[in-house]
Amino acid sequence: MWIYEKKLQYPVRVSTCNPTLAKYLVEQYGGADGELSAALRYLNQRYSIPDKVIGLLTDIGTEEFAHLEMIATMIYKLTKDATPEMMKAAGLGDHYAIHDNALYYENSSGVPWTASYIQAKGDPIADLYEDIAAEEKARATYQWIINLSDDPDLNDGLRFLREREIIHSQRFLEAVEILKDEQGKKKFF
Amino acid sequence: MFTLYKTWHPIASPFDPCKPIVEKTFSTPPNLYIGFQPPNLPQFSPQEALRAGTLWKAFYDPYYNPFEKAKGGIPR
Ligand SMILES: [Fe+2]
Repeated sequence: MWIYEKKLQYPVRVSTCNPTLAKYLVEQYGGADGELSAALRYLNQRYSIPDKVIGLLTDIGTEEFAHLEMIATMIYKLTKDATPEMMKAAGLGDHYAIHDNALYYENSSGVPWTASYIQAKGDPIADLYEDIAAEEKARATYQWIINLSDDPDLNDGLRFLREREIIHSQRFLEAVEILKDEQGKKKFF
Repeated sequence: MFTLYKTWHPIASPFDPCKPIVEKTFSTPPNLYIGFQPPNLPQFSPQEALRAGTLWKAFYDPYYNPFEKAKGGIPR
């Protein structure tokens, strides 16, 4: 069960009317290493992972939905008032033809989200290594979007999200340490 | 000196069509170095932590657009 808090994890502010940024941001919405992929990957893998690390996958998977909501808010703010002309100029003419200004789970090239972006191998080490790789890829994607963006307020939110990827990667690394630990040798806190 | 960014130098040919980038930088965030988190690491205050995205100072590694040096970016 989940409990919903009707607020964002971190305030989202967008200071420039720049629908082109929405086109880049949608990579983190419905792209291979985006927040939807992350949430669904972890919340699915947790059923077949040793019980010591189920809670971690639940926590991080849940937080990824909070990130998804922040990304959605950014995209929404950047496109809600965009005219068809502005959408076209931002490279979102084909998006507009299908969706008007609605959000959709696709990557920045307009390719719809697919479950083949995520994996569940049933092998705990394989799954956790995929998760670590996914976090590092999401971290890199945030860097490239920050490089493309000249909106300081938007970048502030993206910087927060990138920092969370670093923490998630750290926790998955620790999960590997827990699972590979020889019985009783390590102390936990 | 410890740094969270590393640099390397791609091979540049005199016949490269574009102006070569002589030095490339990549991020090596703190999670690559710390291993299992040791106890009693220094913390941010709760208010600071909410902004930083982490409670732990050792894991804080903010990224700025390197093409905007004036705003704190690491030059490329
Ligand atoms: Fe994450």
